[in-house]
Amino acid sequence: MPYSTEFLLTAYRTMKTIREFEERCVKEFEGGNIPGFTHVSNGQEAIAVAACIDLSDKDIIGSTHRGHGHCIAKGCDVGGMMKEIMGRATGLCKGKGGSMHIADIDKGMLGANAIVGGGPPLVNGAALAAKTLGTKNVALSFNGDGSANQGTVFEAMNMAVVLKLPHIFVYENNGYAEGTAANYGVGATSLTERNAGFGMPAECVDGLDFFATYEALKIATEHARNGGGPTAIEAMCVRFDGHFIGDPQLYRPKDEIKNARKTQDCLKIFRERVITEGWLKAAVMDAIDSEVMVAIETAVVDALAAPHPDPATDLMSDVYCSY
Amino acid sequence: MTNHSNNPTIGGKTSMKTIREAINDALREEMRRDPTVIILGEEVSGGAGCGGQDDAYGGVFGVTKGLMPEFGRERVIDTPISEAAIIGAAAGAANNGLRPVAELMFFDFIGVSFDQIFNQAAKFRYMFGGKSKTPMVIRGTVGGGWRAGAQHSSMLHSIVTHVAGLKVVMPANAYDAKGLMVQAIRDDDPVIFLEHKVMYDIACEVPDEQYCIPFGEASFPRQGNDVTIVAISNMVTHALTVADILAKEGIGCDVIDPRTVSPLDHEAILESVAVTGRLVIIDEGNPRCGLASDIAGIVAEHGFYSLKAPIRTVTAPHTPVPFAPELEDAYLPNAEKLMVAVREVLAAGPSGA
Repeated sequence: MPYSTEFLLTAYRTMKTIREFEERCVKEFEGGNIPGFTHVSNGQEAIAVAACIDLSDKDIIGSTHRGHGHCIAKGCDVGGMMKEIMGRATGLCKGKGGSMHIADIDKGMLGANAIVGGGPPLVNGAALAAKTLGTKNVALSFNGDGSANQGTVFEAMNMAVVLKLPHIFVYENNGYAEGTAANYGVGATSLTERNAGFGMPAECVDGLDFFATYEALKIATEHARNGGGPTAIEAMCVRFDGHFIGDPQLYRPKDEIKNARKTQDCLKIFRERVITEGWLKAAVMDAIDSEVMVAIETAVVDALAAPHPDPATDLMSDVYCSY
Repeated sequence: MTNHSNNPTIGGKTSMKTIREAINDALREEMRRDPTVIILGEEVSGGAGCGGQDDAYGGVFGVTKGLMPEFGRERVIDTPISEAAIIGAAAGAANNGLRPVAELMFFDFIGVSFDQIFNQAAKFRYMFGGKSKTPMVIRGTVGGGWRAGAQHSSMLHSIVTHVAGLKVVMPANAYDAKGLMVQAIRDDDPVIFLEHKVMYDIACEVPDEQYCIPFGEASFPRQGNDVTIVAISNMVTHALTVADILAKEGIGCDVIDPRTVSPLDHEAILESVAVTGRLVIIDEGNPRCGLASDIAGIVAEHGFYSLKAPIRTVTAPHTPVPFAPELEDAYLPNAEKLMVAVREVLAAGPSGA
């Protein structure tokens, strides 16, 4: 067996946690329990977990507006996350960040980012710190097919090559930048070919296949950790839901949305693979499913009962270290 | 109440230093003291990959000259011309154990990097619930007078002063430049450090040792009881010219140099106006939503009953910085324009002088 049972269980549990967290976010949003607007990543779980499963808390990731999955994969507490998304004082960021700004520096999570393309320049900085301090840590940025067209990302990719930074650029290509098709918005015939043009190794993988994605990222991560510099991995995937919760998705073919869950579910694909290979038993994963459901339910119940921030003390704090 | 005394006395040896040299000293000594301090930007050394002379520039104004030979390219990093990537790298590194000093060369270039400054670096600590700190310095040159045209001459301090989460520093002499730069590097928040490009060669006695000047404490290069003049950066030069002329006429100008505009020493200004009752603010920025109108607003709100005359502001007009010398000269605030405003304020009001 090429993977340890522990590894497989962790991978499955984390993907399932992301799935249930996101599905529950949709429900809680629709129930009026989440202020503002929220972007969920259900359908893209395999990439988040494949990218983060080998990283330590000292390795840094930068995420996107669709970042819940990356947070969970990097080890952020789902209870703290749910509280944060509901704007509670005991949330991961004291309710000051919200869905699009969840961060947990202690876990090496440098923040979701509500600016498309905002993360990669910052992740370069984390990589630069690792290189300068000689820590052998790596940094990894999540991008979408949308941010792939931002100038900040181009700048970050070039600088990562020039300074040989330990930065893995992950492109989750779910086919849609908000409501515009990737094959319209990406001018190049292939995002991966364009990534290679920056002078770094670039590969395209099936992001629905956890194992294919993991193997590519493992090579990229080791390359970065050993001083080889950046790599770009484009992972083809599917967005189950809209750009934001409540997006009617009129721009997508109806059968595509309907079929995605049936035929392009990375969790199902994972389960079938590990059962076929004889690596895990269905019953073990069913048990994990039940545990995850309980954990998410607990996170929601706790979040709904959690205190709200107090404007008298919380509004003005945490702007500066000193002022 | 802040300490409104003038510059604290520093023991030990002093030397005549230009602002350029004072900042270079501050950077060098901090880099010697703290291995996590790095410098990055375009040609902060110069000559990377060229095959000619190393350290050819030391920054386009020579402020970082000599640092790369001492600290190496690993700590004095020449970057591609990619301002967003420069600021982003500094901000990300600051959150991961370094104290980067990023150079924007001309601060006009915030345009292509502003997201990384105001949406990322400035907001991290608040968005992340106080869990992060971003100890970074962004150096940039500001101001007109070099015939550098509209995209290399702007005075954009008000834009960054507006942003919560940033600190904004504007030294007007070499002594302040050194002490404020040391403080900026040691500070745990993102600091914008704005250097006026016509002031680099202005010299004064500067202590050889390292010292910090706290942010939010104004200095008082001239003291008087008749009119308050608030000036920053190169405008301090004009304020001193006016104050020295009026002193010969027996008129005392209280010249306040806030030194940092975020945080701003409100108390110093209000206390001065409480004595003089008259206020002129000179600022090289554009007039709308600028530092001058901000300070005028603070005094109007908190010092209204001290005022004996309307507040006057002397600013650039609401135009981009022009290129042609006669246009740029007309654009820039100067001592003559300030003198007119000061005399008007002295003459105005029910108990005019």
